[in-house]
Amino acid sequence: MSTIEERVKKIVSEQLGVKEEEITNASSFVDDLGADSLDTVELVMALEEEFETEIPDEEAEKITTVQEAIDYVVSHQ
Amino acid sequence: MSIEGKVALVTGASRGIGRATAYALGKMGAIVVGTATSESGAQSISEGLAEQGYKGKGYVLNVTSQESVDSVVKAITEEFSAPLIVINNAGITQDNLLMRMKEDEWDSVIDTNLKSVYRIAKATMRGMTKARWGRIVNISSVVATMGNMGQSNYAAAKAGMEGFTRAMAREVASRNITVNAVAPGFIATDMTHALPEEQHKALLTQIPLARLGQPEEIANAVAFLASEGASYITGETLQVNGGMNMR
Repeated sequence: MSTIEERVKKIVSEQLGVKEEEITNASSFVDDLGADSLDTVELVMALEEEFETEIPDEEAEKITTVQEAIDYVVSHQ
Repeated sequence: MSIEGKVALVTGASRGIGRATAYALGKMGAIVVGTATSESGAQSISEGLAEQGYKGKGYVLNVTSQESVDSVVKAITEEFSAPLIVINNAGITQDNLLMRMKEDEWDSVIDTNLKSVYRIAKATMRGMTKARWGRIVNISSVVATMGNMGQSNYAAAKAGMEGFTRAMAREVASRNITVNAVAPGFIATDMTHALPEEQHKALLTQIPLARLGQPEEIANAVAFLASEGASYITGETLQVNGGMNMR
């Protein structure tokens, strides 16, 4: 069973089409990984599916880096 | 990438343009899911598709309820797969001169004809973005650009739909999803059958081809926009009206 961090990075890699080794916890989806606005919406939806949770829009807006995504998932387990 | 085997959702498919479109897509090999507001309508769609030898079935859908839209899209995805072709065809008229038009006549036409497009597009977008392929065709009307007496609600809804089409087309173009509209002129359906004889005659004088269109003639245009052949067309409204609104 992979850790939350690994699962989040895997999803980010798949959604944004970047290699997992290029993704760090500090990576910003938009500034570092080249995501556009539609990518970030899709990313949040993919996280919702993977972790079987609903992320409200106002929370989703705050998830801009890999670490913030991990933190959100951890605190809502 | 042909549309063969892809799931096509057609709202308002029990009669008229919707039914003709469902059959046109079925002929191209799509799995057609047609919707109607009633159980008997859904039943007749299932039977019609089976008679024609096309894959697919009818579903009951209330386009004015997000809950209904979400649950039907979920059911289609589970039974077949996510709909990648969506034809927003369901629509109503509640004609009245503006000075007499009641608020509920305005609201129900805007809700059924325009807000429904928002609901259905939203519910099906996830599947299309995931597939990196999608086709949305909204059925507008010549009235959107020409206007028509007694149809301020209908014309507003259809013009709104065309604006929606262009905005949506820009939003999802990067995902290889095209969003277009077809604007039929006067087509021989139950909707135009309700017009008084006199209005009917006057109408024909405005149509260079001097006849009403057949539902199949709209369906052909919709099927083209849904096909791979139309892959470079997006945000467009195709006028199919016998020449009554040349620009």
